[in-house]
Amino acid sequence: MPMTMTQKILAAHAGLESVRAGDLVLANVDMVLGNDITSPVAINEFERLGQKKVFDKEKISLVMDHFVPNKDIKAAEQCKRCRDFAGEMGIVNYYDCGEMGVEHALLPEKGLVTAGDVVIGADSHTCTYGALSAFSTGVGSTDMACGMATGKAWFKVPSAIKFVLTGSLSPWVSGKDVILHIIGKIGVDGALYKSMEFCGEGVSALSMSDRLCMANMAIEAGAKNGIFEYDEKTEEFLRQVGAKPARVYKADPDAEYDEVIHINLSEITPTVAFPHLPENTRTFEDMEEIAIDQVVIGSCTNGRLEDLIAAAEILKGKKVAKGVRTIIIPATQKIYLEAMEMGLLKIFIDAGAAVSTPTCGPCLGGHMGILAKGERAVATTNRNFVGRMGHPESEVYLASPAVAAASAVTGRITHPKEVMV
Amino acid sequence: MNNIKTNVRGKAIKYGDNVDTDVIIPARYLNTSDKKELASHCMEDLDKNFTKIVRVGDLMVAGKNFGCGSSREHAPIAIKESGISLVIAKSFARIFYRNAINIGLPIIECPEAAEEIESGDEVGMDFDSGVIYNFTKNKTYTAAPFPPFIQSIITAGGLINAVKSDMFGER
Repeated sequence: MPMTMTQKILAAHAGLESVRAGDLVLANVDMVLGNDITSPVAINEFERLGQKKVFDKEKISLVMDHFVPNKDIKAAEQCKRCRDFAGEMGIVNYYDCGEMGVEHALLPEKGLVTAGDVVIGADSHTCTYGALSAFSTGVGSTDMACGMATGKAWFKVPSAIKFVLTGSLSPWVSGKDVILHIIGKIGVDGALYKSMEFCGEGVSALSMSDRLCMANMAIEAGAKNGIFEYDEKTEEFLRQVGAKPARVYKADPDAEYDEVIHINLSEITPTVAFPHLPENTRTFEDMEEIAIDQVVIGSCTNGRLEDLIAAAEILKGKKVAKGVRTIIIPATQKIYLEAMEMGLLKIFIDAGAAVSTPTCGPCLGGHMGILAKGERAVATTNRNFVGRMGHPESEVYLASPAVAAASAVTGRITHPKEVMV
Repeated sequence: MNNIKTNVRGKAIKYGDNVDTDVIIPARYLNTSDKKELASHCMEDLDKNFTKIVRVGDLMVAGKNFGCGSSREHAPIAIKESGISLVIAKSFARIFYRNAINIGLPIIECPEAAEEIESGDEVGMDFDSGVIYNFTKNKTYTAAPFPPFIQSIITAGGLINAVKSDMFGER
């Protein structure tokens, strides 16, 4: 039975020779992840199971990132609950204020995920690790609780859409533009219940940051996971972060796909998702002038060093427009430090931006940059649903770090080339 | 038709396509896992009236991709705690789907029922036969049954009870 990359990983973890789309399998997991919002609910359920210990102290990651540094008393109580649980259970990968980062930037950086792994996380953007050729998917707190107790999770084996990438990215175009373009093309439920498998010669032209960003937003097309073919760049990344040895699964040449979509990377131009769905994409050819009040550069989607470098390239020697609150959030402590050593933070602060400690904060309207009624933000985050970043009558426009930085300079949604002449 | 056996029965409250978990329970309320508090803000950014009109046993009906977005289990918890006995939609986002099954909130995909049922209709469902009854419009719809594996989680009353009864093998 020919299989996709995802199907091969699931079969191997379920102890089966082969699986086919639609099969329900019980698979062993290599990592169970939770954050300060979803873990407290999972801990309640874990206790309801009557469980005294976790299945493996090294295969659970608890990352305090959403409302951290604690935004209020209730958030502090939730973190305390996680901290106490981690201590009691001896969980090795517990990351709190000062060492944490936005979870999906942190786990790859710490080498906690490798190619061929099965990862479940009580956070929808857990699909990020598909960039490392792992099967990773978001689940809820109850799945997380049962995963922590048993090391297992149930899955319906997904069918897949194959994305064959060719060409390479033009200047001012990044993985963010590619994934927004794809979501615009297939819709927010275009890959519902399915895998998005990225392959073709174009993959090797994409940096690991581009791939992490694209896999991260697979969920915004409804996908169960997004996964990239393993290549030299994956190998080099995993070596640099000291990840466990990779297990490489390639799709069979005759694997069945629901659909094959060809994407020529060279043809993609900077793309923006308009409110209130990530599928409402536009390019600058068909965009009216949109004045903005805030810019957010950061998140699990675009808070990596490469993203900050792209923003700094545009902001260097310039000032953000009067009245545009520009908030830049390095996704992890390591990225923060590297950005400091490279002089990026000075560029941001000189430009009039606020630079913050790592947090998911504004992305989900938690804290650190909430919008008032009627306000508009350009954000490098992943969702622009009603009320996502604050007031239900505020608006979020999703874009790349380059577009966000250029927009900060002009005060309206702007193509990077306009400010870089 | 009024004497038919149903597992759930109540008034329908209907929404459109792509109802996301951010409007089901906005993140600003995720600093608690208290079920009653979550329910008190359920659907707030989409329909401020929901918490005022919902009665125990009511059904929620929606279009495609219901529950898209965040993995927050707080979303199905808030809906269940509001008293909703069943969610009928054209399709569900996958994390919401498994969360609802795992916590024991009945949900069913039935595009035809989701299309035709209107807010205020008296609706019921018999889980064994998969038949949905619209008593107001005097119509019936048949939904595809759950696969046996998922049915066993539902029958156990959610994933925790299923795992307790050794569904995942030795712990």
